[in-house]
Amino acid sequence: MTVALPGGIVSAPLSPRRVLLHGFLIAMCGLWLFPLAWAVYSSLRPFSETIHSGSVSLPGTLDLSNYITVWNDAELPYYYLNTLVVVIPGVALALILASVIAFAVTQFSWRFNLIVLMLFTAGNLLPPQVIIIPLYWLYLHTPIPSLGSIDIGTFSFAIFSDNDLLYDQYIGIILIHVVFQTGFCTFVLSNYMKTISRELTESALVDGANVFHIWWRVILPLCRPALAALATLEFTWMYNDFFWALILMFHGDKRPITSALNNMQGQFFTNYNMLAAGAVLAAIPPILVFILLQKQFVRGLTLGATKG
Amino acid sequence: MADSNNGRRVDLPFLDTTLPFDLAVSRRDMLKIGGAMSLAAFIAACGGSATPAGGTVTMGSNHSDAAEKRGMDAIAAAFKSSTGNTLKLNTVDHNTFQDQISSYLQGTPDDVFTWFSGHRMRFFADKGLATPIDDVWDKVKGNYTEAFSTAVKGNDGHVYGIPVDYYPWAVFYRKSVFQAHSYKVPTSWDDLIKLCQQMKKDGLTPIALGDKDGWPAQGTFDIINLRLNGYDFHIELLTGKQKWTDPRVTATYKKWAELTPYYPSGFAGTTWQQGADTVVQKKAGMIVFGLFLSQEFSGPGDLDDLDFFPFPDLGTQYDAEKALDAPIDVVMMSKKSPNLSKDLSAAKSFLEFYAKGSSQLLLFKNAPGFIPTATDTDKSSFSPLQTKAAQIISNAKRITQFFDRDSRPDFAGANGMQSFLLTFLRQPQADPTQLQGKMQQFWDQLPQEA
Amino acid sequence: MGNSTTAAPARKQEASGAGAAASRGRKRYSVLTGVDKWQLFLMVGIPLALDLILIWGPTVASVFISFTNWNGYGQITAANVNGIKNYQVLFTQYLFFWPAVRHNLIWLAFFGLVATPLGMLLAVLLDREIRGTRIYQSIFFLPVVLSLAVVGFIWELQYAPTEGFINNFFPLNRTGHMIDWLGDPNINLLAVLVAASWRHVGYIMVLYLAGLKSVDPALREAAAIDGATERQIFFRIVFPVLAPINVIIVVVTAIESLRAFDIAYIINHGKNGLELLSTLITNNSISEASLVGFGSAIAVVLLLISLVPIVIYLSRVMRPERS
Repeated sequence: MTVALPGGIVSAPLSPRRVLLHGFLIAMCGLWLFPLAWAVYSSLRPFSETIHSGSVSLPGTLDLSNYITVWNDAELPYYYLNTLVVVIPGVALALILASVIAFAVTQFSWRFNLIVLMLFTAGNLLPPQVIIIPLYWLYLHTPIPSLGSIDIGTFSFAIFSDNDLLYDQYIGIILIHVVFQTGFCTFVLSNYMKTISRELTESALVDGANVFHIWWRVILPLCRPALAALATLEFTWMYNDFFWALILMFHGDKRPITSALNNMQGQFFTNYNMLAAGAVLAAIPPILVFILLQKQFVRGLTLGATKG
Repeated sequence: MADSNNGRRVDLPFLDTTLPFDLAVSRRDMLKIGGAMSLAAFIAACGGSATPAGGTVTMGSNHSDAAEKRGMDAIAAAFKSSTGNTLKLNTVDHNTFQDQISSYLQGTPDDVFTWFSGHRMRFFADKGLATPIDDVWDKVKGNYTEAFSTAVKGNDGHVYGIPVDYYPWAVFYRKSVFQAHSYKVPTSWDDLIKLCQQMKKDGLTPIALGDKDGWPAQGTFDIINLRLNGYDFHIELLTGKQKWTDPRVTATYKKWAELTPYYPSGFAGTTWQQGADTVVQKKAGMIVFGLFLSQEFSGPGDLDDLDFFPFPDLGTQYDAEKALDAPIDVVMMSKKSPNLSKDLSAAKSFLEFYAKGSSQLLLFKNAPGFIPTATDTDKSSFSPLQTKAAQIISNAKRITQFFDRDSRPDFAGANGMQSFLLTFLRQPQADPTQLQGKMQQFWDQLPQEA
Repeated sequence: MGNSTTAAPARKQEASGAGAAASRGRKRYSVLTGVDKWQLFLMVGIPLALDLILIWGPTVASVFISFTNWNGYGQITAANVNGIKNYQVLFTQYLFFWPAVRHNLIWLAFFGLVATPLGMLLAVLLDREIRGTRIYQSIFFLPVVLSLAVVGFIWELQYAPTEGFINNFFPLNRTGHMIDWLGDPNINLLAVLVAASWRHVGYIMVLYLAGLKSVDPALREAAAIDGATERQIFFRIVFPVLAPINVIIVVVTAIESLRAFDIAYIINHGKNGLELLSTLITNNSISEASLVGFGSAIAVVLLLISLVPIVIYLSRVMRPERS
């Protein structure tokens, strides 16, 4: 290694060690991309060809037939729709609640500031399986009014509930996501808001603004970068949730795509080529988000792990 | 389809303008509305008002396979045209239905639901989560053979289920494969082993198996134990009245170990569908499985090429029982469905309707693995395979329901007997007594069944 | 990070308000009206109530249920209480408990000794000014955005016994020579860990990169001028400076290991070598088995283990700031 001190010269001459380093990194990248590339490759091959010439073989036909079959047979569009119905309100509500708490605990001095913050943060770190048994019972015994539904195609999205319970309802999944993820968002946003001087709040109060207005008009706009990062991250996490909807949803066709995968293997993904197509389809939305919003993504993660 | 009840739908005039689907609403308003809605939902602790529409029956169905779904839709259509009542199907995939059945029945279940006879039906009857339907049974029992009358009863002697289909477990193979190699159907254990040896020489996997899900291997345990030790011992063993450490169980495992060299390697990492597919692709010679594997034989001519023979005799006194697993699927009536508290008649009319052969045929035509149970079924539409399947069941003097329907679920499940059998299959030649000790230890630490 | 207001003019401190706040050198606002106070109360109260009802209430309830033989039907009554019976059975008789604990520990060890160090190594390598560092970072980070369920599917295509890539590429798919990556209980945990690490490495890499970026370049420059080698600079200077982030990475690794569920569940519902505490909980209690009290005892064990990293984490990140 020659000169490349941080902040120093950008492109160092290619010394043997550099070559070695790049060689190592390129090899690792190859290793890293391979499973995904293999999934894409398998998904584009018809099953008959894999059977005939083995799964490790040069391609004869490459087409989208597996995707078309999976898309139609497994009714994938509806599962994406289920995901959207859960994730959009989920992300919005988690961010609203978290920003409100973070605002209250950072801009004002309360006796219980630290405890509130700890309860939220620790709650988010618990393994979900620790709370699932009582939560499951709670969902089965919480009455929720059924207020009709919005119908899209053959699917029907109940407003609040279609069985008078929290169990087996979109709203139930949204609720647990919001509460669980509020923990993480609160932690991140409170770290962020600590850097905002209390002067702002104080002077606004003196000017006669009420607390709600200060949160909405003064503090939230300042938090836009953090909110954008968190929204990206939370979208991905809620999209990727497998457990909550697996347990708290009864009807398989109400499950978001990630949880629905569990029952698609064997039933619709009748061979590995179709399994590959299903996996790729399920992976596309978060990968798109990642490609478009990589910066937000990484910032969201690091905001959470490091202080401020 | 998620909405289980038309009658419960309420028209709210403001919905059109305030829902987040309307793009005219500003982002801020959306957030406000979203927040208000979810809060209201949480705070509102009052039950919704449920008024069932007259003549509507809701049904929880585990027929989630595409072909089975079509069959159930056909039944719903026929029910409508025959009685004027509507059948609303709530289809839940098979696994989830089983995992969450108890909470489903304790919550707000559908009026009627698909389930299994045997221990698993009696269990929910005992818990008071099923409605006795003796009156329905009285009307339809003329359409069933005597053998079904015990299968529909709970421990209290009342009737809780209407049998709607059943299927045998047997040894399935492709006729063309047997013809090509001039194999003969084995009738004795020795013949079976010789056939396996020959298949191995011919480059086939003799007996396909895909046991990733844990339960497929239980079918082979059932049949060997039945043949070797008889029906009574088998049932007593599965219900804890006999010990797993019994030398007779050892004998079963030792017998089974003679067969295991003919299984494919990698059976523990493949699903039953993948296992069956190796028979479809003529890579494997046979498979011990239920008739519903016919759904994998979906290519042109595949189904006509499928045949089976009953598991061969083992030369014991129990051969004469011709016992086999022939699980009966039933339709039960729930207890806690809100509709039922008002009116049972629509649900009962559906049960009566489903007890007819003509109704059961509608599912069968789409899913040829499920044989109708009703006596008045028009058997002219049966294929030779299906006729034969019905025949070996009626020839059987003893019928079991399958390991996980005859035993308690906490014993038969993933962290239980499924694991033990996978352990056995990994080293089948090892002395089974240690494993048997574990099975008994596991049984003993389970709580007393209430 | 963006908007910190650095200038600190004299604070409007008004001599009112009392209690704990005063001791921190900050005074309460006297300008808060009744409406403000109500708004603040609701702003914290509603989310807090939800958090208590849906997370901490169930946590405490799990502990209570674990001392009963409740099977999920009807109400829990005094007759259901069976003391520490569930724990006795769990520790001394239940055959799947210790294997599950062992598997969770192996998970932790593999992540802690292989995946996390690899992530840190990549971070250190990529922290330098090298060509294409952004592209490398993106590639290593890519699996992090996928759910472990999808990761499970993607790796099943590698591991499948007859049709998977590995067994076909290295001819291991013939009967007798086959390696059953997901079905052999001696190796399937390792196979799953490789798949899970595929995701974990990128996660750790990003966290550590953020830490490395925060190290003052002057420190390294000074050391370099003094003739320290690169390795020395890292281990003697950078690593100690990064102590806080190191702790966080250890904690993240521990928590991820305890939470492992999705991938084992999607592969075989957590049996045959893939038993984990998390899957034992659901298999026992949210299934036909309905051993709710017993499953809760497993949940309590998982809770107690999880509290160790959680408490360490909280004590690290919540230290009150004194400016």
